[in-house]
Amino acid sequence: MTNASLVDLTLYLADSTLVLGQRNGDWCGHGPVLEQDIAITNITLDLIGQARSFYQYAAQLIGNGCTEDQLAYWRNEREFKNCLLCERPNGDWAQTILRQTFFSFYQRELFAQLLNGNDSTLSAIAEKSLKEISYHCRWSGEWVCRLGDGTEESHRRLEAATENLWPYVGELFIAAPYETAMQIDTAAIKKGWSDAIDTLFTEATLSPVSLSSTFMHTGGKTGQHTEALGYLLAEMQYVQRSFPGCEW
Amino acid sequence: MQLIRKFYYGDIPEDAAGAAKAVPAQPASDWPLWEVFIRSKQGLEHKHVGSLHAADADMAIENARDVYTRRSEGISIWVVESKHIKTSSPDAAAELYEPAQDKIYRHPTFYDLPDEIKHM
Repeated sequence: MTNASLVDLTLYLADSTLVLGQRNGDWCGHGPVLEQDIAITNITLDLIGQARSFYQYAAQLIGNGCTEDQLAYWRNEREFKNCLLCERPNGDWAQTILRQTFFSFYQRELFAQLLNGNDSTLSAIAEKSLKEISYHCRWSGEWVCRLGDGTEESHRRLEAATENLWPYVGELFIAAPYETAMQIDTAAIKKGWSDAIDTLFTEATLSPVSLSSTFMHTGGKTGQHTEALGYLLAEMQYVQRSFPGCEW
Repeated sequence: MQLIRKFYYGDIPEDAAGAAKAVPAQPASDWPLWEVFIRSKQGLEHKHVGSLHAADADMAIENARDVYTRRSEGISIWVVESKHIKTSSPDAAAELYEPAQDKIYRHPTFYDLPDEIKHM
């Protein structure tokens, strides 16, 4: 286990949660109803909180006065390691819900491994986060059932969202070099994730989708992103880049 | 005819920026109203805290969790659809409540309560 792999894995966890948090944050004030607006914003705050824990740990590992803000605001697109799924646009409510479901179900499997892993800090962050993630899985999973087994239109929108997002889930189960070094078992994650998603899709009356028969985009984990990330970072980092070190 | 369209910061159309495309909010008028009761700690009763819209009871519980327990206000939630609550008529206030006003002997003001007894 090298320190560089630990830093990279920590940044992968931080970047993925930050980018998805930033995406979900767009819904603030625009949720379909007030109560769901608050729900998605609560999840966003959980994700940003997780990102902060990971960034603080990464900054501590990197040393030399590195801070969480530097990592979040002063790295460029190619330095971000988030999975592609998290940077995909919000689309409609169905796509936002489905993206959250795919990611939360993935987090649940991954964080269970971190919890039992040999890095005590990652284990502690995972333990705290898993309580949040359980709720995210429950909330987003119920929405998938509600939309899939709802009206003709909600079903159609969720099917469309599946078609849009599915090519980005394959990457989750292909280990980046730092994941291999840190003994993350992506095959086990894939098994747990697929079983849970299959069950959910059956309940939601959605057509089953296969992980093996679809072309899958890759590269996010090692810094090769889709066009969407650049716009997201430009907006998120603008203030710190324009007024370095500004606080309020 | 405009051949080149320049975008300035903040003017980039949302569909080009890859960010959220605003979806017009559906009014929640077809979702029923629910009354929410929260128990703040063990041993206390559930107290009415407010109301919200939800499609069914499960969603009402989750909404209540997100709306009313964000600051650790509770350990238990009850929800009930507002239509199931029967309200006393304001017109009947005189017959319902006034007869109790001159019966001061019903108030426990003639007893000394020990300080240890809380929530009375």
